[in-house]
Amino acid sequence: MNKISDEIVNVNSLKFKKGELVKEIEELCGENLFGCYQCGTCSAGCPFIEDMDLSPDEVIRYVILDKKEVLNSKTIWLCAACYTCAERCPRDINITKIMEALRQIILRKNIDRTNLTNISKDEKESIPQLAFVCLFRKNVG
Amino acid sequence: MKLLYYPGCTLKTSAKNLEKSAFCIAETLGHEIVEMEDWTCCGVASSLTDDDLMHHLAPMRNLIHVEDVGEDKIVTLCDMCCNTLKQTNLRVKEKPDDLETLNLFMDRENDYKGTVKVVHFLEFLRDEVGFDVLKKKVKNSLKGMKIMPYYGCMLLRPREVSIDDAEEPLIMKDLLNALGAEVIDNPFKIECCGSYHTIEDKNLVSNRAYRITKFAVDRGSDAIVLSCPLCRFNLDVRGKEAEKIYNNYKQVPVYYYTQLIAVALGLDPKYCGFGDHAVDPVLLLKKKGVFEK
Repeated sequence: MNKISDEIVNVNSLKFKKGELVKEIEELCGENLFGCYQCGTCSAGCPFIEDMDLSPDEVIRYVILDKKEVLNSKTIWLCAACYTCAERCPRDINITKIMEALRQIILRKNIDRTNLTNISKDEKESIPQLAFVCLFRKNVG
Repeated sequence: MKLLYYPGCTLKTSAKNLEKSAFCIAETLGHEIVEMEDWTCCGVASSLTDDDLMHHLAPMRNLIHVEDVGEDKIVTLCDMCCNTLKQTNLRVKEKPDDLETLNLFMDRENDYKGTVKVVHFLEFLRDEVGFDVLKKKVKNSLKGMKIMPYYGCMLLRPREVSIDDAEEPLIMKDLLNALGAEVIDNPFKIECCGSYHTIEDKNLVSNRAYRITKFAVDRGSDAIVLSCPLCRFNLDVRGKEAEKIYNNYKQVPVYYYTQLIAVALGLDPKYCGFGDHAVDPVLLLKKKGVFEK
């Protein structure tokens, strides 16, 4: 069963050779993904788990198994960097940084997740400014 | 005592009431808050990739400007700013190579020496003023109010920059006890409010606000106290919007800790800016008779 239905990026166009995805991510985040023993603590504590297509531990597994469709997962964009998983991981893996690394792979290809023109004037005036800075930092390359 | 203060964007725009109330309680406690000059945006979200030093520039520039005026401490009111400044400070202290690279890049600024300590105003109240001292100055006790402290993420995580225990924080509980309120505990107190998703996915954040508040209400609380301007917006405004999604749900008022301290110290409510909230915060204070005490 395919859990990922979105397509933000054509994964074949990224031209990752076999095993390159996990190396690239480890380089970006400095974490050892192979340290993960799939206990699921990260997923159990994640406040956004209900809206995710892949749970955070699944994301790690997908990367290790070289399943590049992980780059189209909703999960990596839902992560708001609250650090709960990183705080609780018994293997001391910073999952928050892994999610950022996945986002960065896409953003550094000049693909933005957020279209800034879609934000209305009313929203710009009512929502606290720091939310915008944060959104741009996460979703726009 | 003079306190050098870093505001950040939101404190000057949508969270003016947080700033104003903090200023007036600091003054009442005998401290003078001085806003630093030449401050810039902190970048809000700390850089999470190892090769990305670019996003440490803005926080570090602010820290340099603190050193430039001969200070070694900077007080912040915004949780996000506090977290970002602390994380950059930590990174350059742990990795001297990165500090050198950043210093070389910013050749028009003085070199950062790493002497600045970033302090959240809550930390300042706990460690330097003392909640026991605060307690003695309380004129209008918050007795009768049942309040849930909500911490969110940025005060507590990552653990290296936390102001309290990351899983079982007590700082706002102790503060509320000092002010005379009854504290309602809630496991959701450390869970994310939805953060910046409030722009693109309102329902997601309304749902978060509902979950957090519902649990607090079921346990008997009639208000929430917090410190972050974005958490305030999400719980207050998006929580109010959740009333349309969930039947029989009513959002409780959301206060900044500074507003409650100001009320408890008997300061004029005009300093609290209660008019900027979606759920009227004054109604509950009147109902509980806080102003009349």
